[in-house]
Amino acid sequence: MGLEEKRENYGMKESVSAMSLRIATETKQDVLVVRLQGELDHHTAEELRSKVDEILRNPHIRHIVLSLADLAFMDSSGIGVILGRYKQISARSGEMVVCSINPTIYRIFEMSGLFKVIKFRESEAEALHVLGVA
Amino acid sequence: MTKRNFMTVSFAALSQNEAFARVAVASFISQLDVTVEELEEIKTVVSEAVTNAIIHGYDENAEGVVRISVSIEDGLVDLVVEDQGKGIEDVDLAMQPLYTSKPELERSGMGFTIMENFMDTLEVVTAVGKGTTVRLTKRLSCAKALQN
Repeated sequence: MGLEEKRENYGMKESVSAMSLRIATETKQDVLVVRLQGELDHHTAEELRSKVDEILRNPHIRHIVLSLADLAFMDSSGIGVILGRYKQISARSGEMVVCSINPTIYRIFEMSGLFKVIKFRESEAEALHVLGVA
Repeated sequence: MTKRNFMTVSFAALSQNEAFARVAVASFISQLDVTVEELEEIKTVVSEAVTNAIIHGYDENAEGVVRISVSIEDGLVDLVVEDQGKGIEDVDLAMQPLYTSKPELERSGMGFTIMENFMDTLEVVTAVGKGTTVRLTKRLSCAKALQN
């Protein structure tokens, strides 16, 4: 029996796995797609920051799509790290598009005024379309 | 009318305990008839207050202790997050949206704004060199329904 299954049996799957952040990245033309799963807080923000900054050393990347369908939790530390990456991207005249946000996280984005600079699209496909990636 | 229930937890000012704090408070509150949205809001608020204590109160010194107390009575959640850290010099400034004393850490300055938006009341008691206590209350929708 795998660890995941055991956790499920104890009814702890969500709370155990929720304590960390999984970051998947993919580059499509000049767009970096970042998919987040789990929880983005002060503790996990550093990992996201260093992982994305490492990839942004490649000067050919101009845009970022943040795909948040599996992000279960985010607080203001998430806003800080997202804004920091937005500044880098906009310095290369790129854009940031965010998609698939849960309602509570959507409200945090709204409250922070993030939608004034970051576009929102329902799905990753639509977000990529905005940036000219088929 | 339901009997008052309460809990207290204390833990080291380490960032990995932010997730622990959220889960601990959420599990305790789950005994009430709380909606998913309300639970998410309370978890966010706990995270904000605990992160402030760790980053600003203790400057991430793991010897610091953060204490959370939660009491519930008739659908009213009363949450207190305390530290014995350095305190806040100017509370009004600290509470301004987008203000942060640590821009170099890419802090958004939205912590207090989120706390105010997701809860009904927010009270901050602080003394420089002594620490900060943040008290937040929220009446859950189940309790509002009973009143009507």
